[in-house]
Amino acid sequence: MTPFKKTLAAALVSSAVFMVGCSNDEAAKPAEEAKAPEAEVKTGPTHPVTGEVLAADQTFTYWDLDEVSSHDPQIVEDVAGSYRVRNLFEGLLNQDADGNLVPGVAESYEASEDKKTYTFNLRKDAKWSNGDPVTAGDFVYAWQRAVDPETASPYAWFMEIMSIVNGAEIIAGEAPVDSLGVEAVDDYTLKVELTDSLPYFPMMVVHTTTFPAHKATIEEFGADWTKPEHMVSNGAYTLADHVVNERSEMVRNPMYWDNDNTIIEKIVSIVVPDENQALIRYKADEFDWLETVPTGQFKSLKAEFPTETYATPRLCSYYYTFNMTDSGPEAFQDVRVRQALSYAIDRDVITGQILQGGQPSAYTFTPEATAGFQVPSVPYATMTQAERDAKAVELLAEAGYGPENPLKFNMLYNTSDSHKQIATAMSQMWKAKLGVEATMNNMEWKTFLTERGEQNFELARGAWCGDYNEASTFLDLLRTSSGYNDGKYSNAEVDRLMDEAKTMADPNANYTAIEQILAEDMPIIPIYHYSFNMMLKDTVKGWPVNNIEGNWYAKDLYKVAE
Amino acid sequence: MIVNQKKIEGVAESLLDSAEVKGRSLWADAGRRFVRNKAAVGGVIALALIVLFTLIGPSFAQWSNEEIDWAVLGQVKTMGAPSFESGHYFGTDDLGRDLYSRVIQGTGVSLMVGFIGSIVAVIVGTLYGAIAGYAGGRLDNFMMRMVDIFMSVPYMFVLILLLVIFGRSLNMLFIGIGLISWLDMSRIVRGQTLTIKNKEYIEAAIASGVSNFTIITRHIVPNLLGIVIVYASLLIPGLILTESFISFLGLGVQEPNTSWGALISEGAKSMQYGTLWQIGFPLFFFVVTLFSMFFIGDGLRDALDPKDR
Amino acid sequence: MFSFIAKRLLTAIPTLLILIVVSFLLMHSAPGGPFTSERKLPPQVEANINAKYGLDKPLPTQIFNYVKGIVVDFDFGPSFRYKDRSVNDLIEDGFPVTITYGLISALVAVLVGVSLGVVAALNQNTWKDYTALSFTFTAQVLPNFVMAPLLVLLFTLKLGWLPGGGWEGGKPQYIIMPVIALSTSYMATIARITRSSMLEVLNSNFIRTAKAKGLPHNRIIFKHALKPAMLPVLSYLGPAMVGLLTGSVVIDMYFSTGGIGVLFVNGALNRDYSTIMGITILVGVLTVLLNLLVDVLYAWIDPKIRY
Repeated sequence: MTPFKKTLAAALVSSAVFMVGCSNDEAAKPAEEAKAPEAEVKTGPTHPVTGEVLAADQTFTYWDLDEVSSHDPQIVEDVAGSYRVRNLFEGLLNQDADGNLVPGVAESYEASEDKKTYTFNLRKDAKWSNGDPVTAGDFVYAWQRAVDPETASPYAWFMEIMSIVNGAEIIAGEAPVDSLGVEAVDDYTLKVELTDSLPYFPMMVVHTTTFPAHKATIEEFGADWTKPEHMVSNGAYTLADHVVNERSEMVRNPMYWDNDNTIIEKIVSIVVPDENQALIRYKADEFDWLETVPTGQFKSLKAEFPTETYATPRLCSYYYTFNMTDSGPEAFQDVRVRQALSYAIDRDVITGQILQGGQPSAYTFTPEATAGFQVPSVPYATMTQAERDAKAVELLAEAGYGPENPLKFNMLYNTSDSHKQIATAMSQMWKAKLGVEATMNNMEWKTFLTERGEQNFELARGAWCGDYNEASTFLDLLRTSSGYNDGKYSNAEVDRLMDEAKTMADPNANYTAIEQILAEDMPIIPIYHYSFNMMLKDTVKGWPVNNIEGNWYAKDLYKVAE
Repeated sequence: MIVNQKKIEGVAESLLDSAEVKGRSLWADAGRRFVRNKAAVGGVIALALIVLFTLIGPSFAQWSNEEIDWAVLGQVKTMGAPSFESGHYFGTDDLGRDLYSRVIQGTGVSLMVGFIGSIVAVIVGTLYGAIAGYAGGRLDNFMMRMVDIFMSVPYMFVLILLLVIFGRSLNMLFIGIGLISWLDMSRIVRGQTLTIKNKEYIEAAIASGVSNFTIITRHIVPNLLGIVIVYASLLIPGLILTESFISFLGLGVQEPNTSWGALISEGAKSMQYGTLWQIGFPLFFFVVTLFSMFFIGDGLRDALDPKDR
Repeated sequence: MFSFIAKRLLTAIPTLLILIVVSFLLMHSAPGGPFTSERKLPPQVEANINAKYGLDKPLPTQIFNYVKGIVVDFDFGPSFRYKDRSVNDLIEDGFPVTITYGLISALVAVLVGVSLGVVAALNQNTWKDYTALSFTFTAQVLPNFVMAPLLVLLFTLKLGWLPGGGWEGGKPQYIIMPVIALSTSYMATIARITRSSMLEVLNSNFIRTAKAKGLPHNRIIFKHALKPAMLPVLSYLGPAMVGLLTGSVVIDMYFSTGGIGVLFVNGALNRDYSTIMGITILVGVLTVLLNLLVDVLYAWIDPKIRY
């Protein structure tokens, strides 16, 4: 994920509701041990709150497309890995089903007036799986570990944007590790000093990089500490088994402070490197949850399993970028060519007939679902496709391309079924409407990234997922100085508006203005915005469908009897 | 990248030729024996029909191999089935493209890949293996250790480097295929050569002062032909499928063009969704070719076996 | 023979060294590295990671350190992708899986393939020949990436007899489908090579002599003909065994068996340098050893062969 801009503070916070602050957690998770279930025949007991009859087998089995990068909170770098770490470990704060903050190891916290000092009050009953108490020192150790150059955490940058005093210096090797601005005042009080005022800091400690680590275990076993036989963790589950590229098993941790309220006994995750195969096995009841379904299948799956399919918005944007440098074709320097190519794409065909998963068509880079973002009424979004097509023909003719002098270029994408389908549809639309000859070029992922990063392309596919729920996470990409701006688009006005937005109370007007410029300049062709398309068995309850970040905790799930 | 039809015709002819070689009585003999082998002749006919189909099939097509039928797109399962009305005789792929035209175009690519790959395998593999086996000793050891290295080197990076350095083209695909196709062949040939070179007739040839090169080409290679032909016919399906991996990396066939490998793997993915024609048609052509190859291979082997009467 | 084996084992050392150097260079010249991703890492973070894995050193030094690690500690380094594991761990986990389904598949393929090939050869151009051939064809008709999903659709989804994948330490119900999918393609090839070479042997002088002497049919076949006919099968099996033992990506992908096939392909796609090298060396060692074994067996089958 890209670094946050440290100053974007205010807008970010507005997107989330805070629930923490009170040290009592009645709101979070009522403990209903009083309502002991009256023994029901055959099936399991009933759910303490809802009274539903629970399934006798509380094993939650889900699919991983690829083996996870790590189970080490400070090392893990992939989403699937963070799912595991989130169940094995518990950070200071958790999220509830709607994405609101709820207490984790910390029962409460206080922020200083200037939001530069945070004090977390840890619960006294939190224990590691070996029985040791979870103390503030464990967090200090973990956070120091995350920034320590020797750990070489790929997520060290996350600690850097948390703005903890000396964080950046330690990563750069310019300050000793123990100078990090985090301190265990006593065993149950953790104090963090920041260099900047960060009102949204508590949201950041939901991130797995900030989860605690058990020093004694790590020192004893080194890199082997995450093996099931050595691992000591403080979450609701412990790692029971892990076979790389095959499966992992997590079982309930009896030492977990809220173990009494945990219902799921065991989490099994199985690696299936082929998504079609995973779907067959879901249908054969081997999985309870599929994170995603094969491209184009969502609609028919929805017809077949209406209650098991979910489509929810996701903060990601799919686009093609023009190479605006000298290594790109001359034609792309002409704004009319860029506009014509963008106009001629019938996005509703791509979203409605190819993807079929409820993805919105995109005319702006920033997704509409982004908090606070006002989608500008860019002219070409409001036209009908017929009008756009007519306009495209006109623009391209003005630019001097026609039947005698057809526009030709290469389009680059990485090998994948859905990218291939979209690229094919685009090239066919251009060919039919504009007589443009676009040659499709697919490449294996790393080659693709390298070629695109070195401006060795003419038109290239891109996708970007927001790191946080705010428009700048997208628009930053089109700044002249951005390392991710592979098309090398440069517009002084965009840069100025972005700079200005940093210090504004409500920068959304600027973002809207930028999108208007982009619709005019068309440095990229926005295609669509993503959605989460998942499948979940009817028997699984408690899934955080409304958590836009997709963070889930197995301790909050339960399976009901069929 | 429409496949060079002349080349396909050429291949077909050369196949037919081999069935009816004139001249030396030995070859004529073999020709007669081959023609008498019904399975082998059936194979030649089937293969010829496939080639014929790729030649005249396009004139019946109502869609090109790249056009998307927008009316079908998005409802392939119901609208994309094979039908004469819609003009999609073989149905459409997942994008609503005409499978009939795609199969024809893919047939061209895949047959080329199979033939070129097996020709490289036969020529390079046979000579390399025969030389190593005949020479024996240090040279043999050196040549075979080279093969060991070639076999173990991560092939994927060779392909990626070819792509990065030379860019994508159909020629690079053939080079990519050629690079690996001969390795197994050379091992098999060398193994056979080891026994053949101890035969009396070779010893006789050596004693009478025939040059090494002549011994290899005139005495050893002809006696290897049986196994070489059979193995070459076995190699072809593998090579045709390897192509789809090479294309995955970006080196080979690029969309909107396709190949059997690509069509079959796309079809295999969608099997569970009920669009069975997507695998059925390409697989049918693949299988028929495979069968033909095997029968022709066996027929040629039987026909060329000098001892077989 | 011993000096021959010893000599060959000695030449294996330079062979493997060349293999290591060539693979190392190839791998590092391919675009992208283990830490190339859509989200570029900040330079300082990337520098720390490179330093941790020694990727900041010049290539010759890296190769030297790598080889030294193997020779001195038998340490193939940490995986760059699966950061909880060393390459030794990964291979220790994956190789037994691969070798189990690989060997069983090889055994099935050889037994069935050789029998069918012999039957076909003994009954050349009769219905038995065609039946045997057709059987091997049908087995080879479906490429394994078609066979695998088909098996799962049938046995898991429709019939519910077998689990759709996994390994679970190699319980029989998890082995059946991988073995079917993997053995069939090898089986067909073995049958056809056997048929071809068996025919050649049957027509050779010594078999005719044996026939003329009136030796019993079965004895001729099993005592005299089968052994020399196995030569080409052996030549084929050498490389084929390497293929079987170093795993099939298709099997690992469709049956999620977690063997080294998928490990290698993912390793290459992820530029997980140490994993690629580890498996490349494993492949190299197996290639050298199996080819040596094949050569020794040659000499056993045909005592006239001298190296």
